[in-house]
Amino acid sequence: MNANPERLRSVGEVRPIKLRSLPCRAGVGLKPEHFREILITAPDIGFFEIHAENYMVDGGPFHHYLTRIRERYPLSIHGVGLSIGGEAALDEGHLDRLALLLDRYEPESFSEHLAWSSHGGAFLNDLLPAPYHAATLARVCAHIDRVQDRLKRRMLLENPATYVEFAASTMAEPDFIGEVVRRSGCGLLLDVNNVYVSCVNHHRDPHAYIRALPLDEVAQIHLAGFAQDEDADGAPLLIDSHGAPVAQAVWELYCYALDRVGPTPTLIERDNDIPAFPVLFAEAQQAERILCRLQPHKSREACA
Amino acid sequence: MTKTMTAASLALALGAALTVASAPVFAASHGGAMKMETEKCFGVAMKGKNDCKAGAGTSCAGTSKVDHQGNAWSMVPKGTCEKTTSKTSPTGMGQLAEFKEKKA
Amino acid sequence: MNSQDAFAEALLAVESVCPPGLTTWNGSAPEKRFAVYRNNVIVSLIDALADSFPVTRELVGEAFFRAMARQFVRANPPRSPVLALYGDGFAEFIEAFPAAAGLAYLADVARLELLRVQAWHAADAAHLAPEKMTRLLGDAAALPEVVFSMHPSVRVLRSHHAVVSLWAAHQSEDAALALADVDPTQAETALVLRNGLDVEISAIAEAAAMFILDLQRGAAFGQAAAQALGADSGFDLAATLGLLIRGGALAGATFPRSTSS
Repeated sequence: MNANPERLRSVGEVRPIKLRSLPCRAGVGLKPEHFREILITAPDIGFFEIHAENYMVDGGPFHHYLTRIRERYPLSIHGVGLSIGGEAALDEGHLDRLALLLDRYEPESFSEHLAWSSHGGAFLNDLLPAPYHAATLARVCAHIDRVQDRLKRRMLLENPATYVEFAASTMAEPDFIGEVVRRSGCGLLLDVNNVYVSCVNHHRDPHAYIRALPLDEVAQIHLAGFAQDEDADGAPLLIDSHGAPVAQAVWELYCYALDRVGPTPTLIERDNDIPAFPVLFAEAQQAERILCRLQPHKSREACA
Repeated sequence: MTKTMTAASLALALGAALTVASAPVFAASHGGAMKMETEKCFGVAMKGKNDCKAGAGTSCAGTSKVDHQGNAWSMVPKGTCEKTTSKTSPTGMGQLAEFKEKKA
Repeated sequence: MNSQDAFAEALLAVESVCPPGLTTWNGSAPEKRFAVYRNNVIVSLIDALADSFPVTRELVGEAFFRAMARQFVRANPPRSPVLALYGDGFAEFIEAFPAAAGLAYLADVARLELLRVQAWHAADAAHLAPEKMTRLLGDAAALPEVVFSMHPSVRVLRSHHAVVSLWAAHQSEDAALALADVDPTQAETALVLRNGLDVEISAIAEAAAMFILDLQRGAAFGQAAAQALGADSGFDLAATLGLLIRGGALAGATFPRSTSS
């Protein structure tokens, strides 16, 4: 794929407005089930992350609680519906809603997925895969340019968990991501669980995968649990279910990644079978212990 | 559309309403006068189950829950509706047509 | 040509089909892997409806609800990534759903639940302060011309069925009204509003519904009250206003003659 001079020019124009960054600690996904408990018990946690679309409503309890929680904690906003990998143009109305939300809550981080979820006017509510070739690369870069222009900030792109691959792909996933990051100037949200899930599903070496990513641009890490299934031939097929504790193999891969990336804000994600808050808090503490081992001389707030 | 009420009767009602609103919840008055006036006020008593998870959310996770299709054509509602009565139908609940999933 | 056409179409297809061009490292049939995506899409959208329509779901049971919701999801996938308000048209779908025809009230229960979700997420607005209302009383002569603004969460639903009673009987184990005591064929009109952080649902008289809807349309206080009283001489204005004030449904009041609010 030839470098597009237009795009190279626009890379220079993306001036990330540097708000404060997330602290180099562990955070958890914010769930409505835990709103009250968080406000009452004020747990010592690094940050919370929300899914942007859940807060794209006019008012009511969601904004009530998020406003109060945001006053007390750093916030990451994680989009799940922008469809950056989609063949259609980005939904400008959705970008407007996103801009409104970011203006309102001024999160320390904004991220989205290398995936598509809208097609033909329908929202399919899953993170769907795309082939890795020149046309997808140009499209994804154009969409990220538009997002960063509209939101006037740098976004992080998350590596996907996938269950199939495409015959049309001409690039390996980490190379594709590296090229997107290089051309668009976006950062990388390294989802270690997604790396593990995809590498098992496609029989690849997760360590080599991580080494092939643009690790200098990693600004956040995600950890989550998966579910186990098998494919038509009985080979393991892992599903990125966010419905279980982080698996031991993923903790190990996390340590491997941190050794190369350095201390990085880390999120524990749980979206299904949501446990009591202390269970998630304990997982966050486990991640934080690993983070602290890497930066014993630094205060927890200070590394970036 | 041209009718109106006297200012005095409006003031009387508003004054009474302010008193009513600051009083404890008025009791439900069953008595068949359904068309007459506000009968029940469930809201205050019904808060218990309204947790903060009203309605659907989006997430970036897949699911391990499997959608088991099939048998839709022989399905009959089997929920709390079985406890409801139908005054108009002598068979109550028993009028459920079988259906077949449309192939689209 | 859009390669995502075939992928998207296969996700919502009734028959288990697999789009072309998929590969697997071990040469295993890609259908099983593609089915993960199909399943994610369908299950998550059914779950979304189950979250938003809990009483509808309890009335017909989990299996029936999911079968019905699956057909709705395939025919009416969300048009927006904001799933909080997904479910527009579900009540109409239920109304036309042959297997639910025996439950004439089911569609209206779903309508009520959609209004509940809408009220839950509706815009915030301050409530009309008691002092302000006391001041309104101080200028009684101007009262007929007062225009109240309603809280954005306020919704009214007229039903031929006992929707409020059916809904209320599902709200707790010791609900004031047991389900067996509800006569579903009794017509009820529901007032839905968000009071603070809670959505409240009440049964109101038809004349009260007229009054509230008139106020919502911006009719003057005197005119709306007269209309309701004209329709039903038993209309209890004080009780209706009491319900609105208690629920925080009145957000503001303006005298058309002055610009102060």
